[in-house]
Amino acid sequence: MAITLTAPDSAISPTPGIPRLTTPQVWGIVMLAPYLLVFLAFVVYPVGYGLWLARHPASYVALYNDPIFARAAVNTLIFLVIGINFKMLIALFLSGFFVQQRAWIRWLSVIFILPWAVPSIPTILSVRFMFNPEWGVINQLIFQFTGDDGPNWLNDPAIALTMAIGVHIWKSLPFWTLILMTGRLAISNDLFEAADVDGASWWQKFRFITWPSMQTLYITCTLLSMIWTLGDFNSVYLLTGGGPADLTHVLSTLGIRYLRLDQLDLAMASIVCAMPLVLPLVYFMMKRLSR
Amino acid sequence: MKLPTPGEITWPRMTWREIGTESRLLLIGIPVFIWTMIPIYHMFLFAISPKEDAFSGKLWPDHPTLHNFEIVFREQHYFLRDFWVQFGNSVLIAAAVGALTLVIATCAAFSISRLRVPGSRMVMNLALFTYFIPAAFLAVPMYRTMGKYGLLNSKWSLILAMVTIASPYAIWVLKQASDKLPVELDEAAVMDGASPLQIFRLVYLPLMMPSLVAIGTYAVLLAWNEYLYAFLLLSNDQDITLPVALGNFLAADDSPWELLMTTGFIYALPPAAVYYVFRRYMVGGLTAGAVKS
Repeated sequence: MAITLTAPDSAISPTPGIPRLTTPQVWGIVMLAPYLLVFLAFVVYPVGYGLWLARHPASYVALYNDPIFARAAVNTLIFLVIGINFKMLIALFLSGFFVQQRAWIRWLSVIFILPWAVPSIPTILSVRFMFNPEWGVINQLIFQFTGDDGPNWLNDPAIALTMAIGVHIWKSLPFWTLILMTGRLAISNDLFEAADVDGASWWQKFRFITWPSMQTLYITCTLLSMIWTLGDFNSVYLLTGGGPADLTHVLSTLGIRYLRLDQLDLAMASIVCAMPLVLPLVYFMMKRLSR
Repeated sequence: MKLPTPGEITWPRMTWREIGTESRLLLIGIPVFIWTMIPIYHMFLFAISPKEDAFSGKLWPDHPTLHNFEIVFREQHYFLRDFWVQFGNSVLIAAAVGALTLVIATCAAFSISRLRVPGSRMVMNLALFTYFIPAAFLAVPMYRTMGKYGLLNSKWSLILAMVTIASPYAIWVLKQASDKLPVELDEAAVMDGASPLQIFRLVYLPLMMPSLVAIGTYAVLLAWNEYLYAFLLLSNDQDITLPVALGNFLAADDSPWELLMTTGFIYALPPAAVYYVFRRYMVGGLTAGAVKS
């Protein structure tokens, strides 16, 4: 606040009373102040307060004894390790498909981006209804063709978690495909032409040209996607609500579940438990991006 | 890219190979199309089906109708009684988040990149760090903090929360973009006696326009699409945004799916339209900035 008040004076006539700060620097501080205020009020204070709430060892004992927490931690790992790697492999493959020069592929790429462009809530609810065991269109079709009742999709924890991963992939695959496409387009075409002359196979071209130029981008994308997926609340919450019997929670929905149950210390403790996973990823990304 | 374009090929035996390539591409393209469209088509199907047809499992309704849209627009259902108020809330909050994020992030980026204030690099790193905290993790302490500030159930809580989440990425992208502007521009303006504020207004803002459009769109879409924070911070029927209202449909077992899907379809249209209109800016401004290789 004091900075804001003194700024006009020093802007008009830089007073010798404040050494070293030039007029542009004073303006710089003034212009940085709004973000700093937001940062202090809505990041530093909440995070500090949250960590203070999570200070009791008893919270961690309670978490350790809560079978839902263990299940959520395992689910989160499955989501990250299997789900994200699977998604990125498909994105890598599809980026090779979408860089082909065809009019219909260009049109398809415009449609393909739709899941990313539309909000996730209506589409996730649409999937949820589609797989409703009684009235959903999937089980209706299964009944029409086979005469049998279809599986009880979202009431089976394994299927429900797989479907939550599927919904996540449906939503974010276009984005990562687009990013990897820019990586592919940056590779010089001469390399591929030279490889064609030498009679290189499809696999050799990928192995010796595409992959070496894209591996850094690919690994960065995978890590970034993992960090973001840790915070993917919608895919699980709106599809399964954490059910059946709280078996499909991930850490992000678990935190909110504790919050709704008014167990704020447990909510914060579960988030603190995720930090050993988050901080190395964040550290690595910071190193890569803040250059 | 790697394949010869059809015009260049004249030998008949190459045509066979081309047919092979083409059919292999189709073999990938058709499943991709189906996979992408199914949830959206399913939603659209519900929106244009009368209640009786909606559950029949048909791929196209016998009597497509816009009646569901009429019910939604006239708020003729218990779940929809505040549709227009909630729609207005969504618009208001998205616009406010877009405007505030733009002001805060542009000023910060100008300060960090052009004025080079001591310590501004650290601010940039702190902002980047915030960008990497998963939003769902920050939501828990944020909820409690908003309660302490007495902002719960006020639209300001959601606006400020979304500005907090949108700003770091906005600052980062704008800083990257403004680092590319030549320093000579600023130096020339200073020689002509321009004050920092004049440089900001007359040199910086016009040159940054494409990035500003991209970032404004990013912030508006982020706020319009947000579910978790909206659902935590707002609870009165008169204050909530559309996604929270959609989520509330799930509270009842006998919720009218066809109306939920119709409302969802209406809610999904504006962001999709905005995305496609500003795609030129979005692809250039955001994907280039999202991941630096």
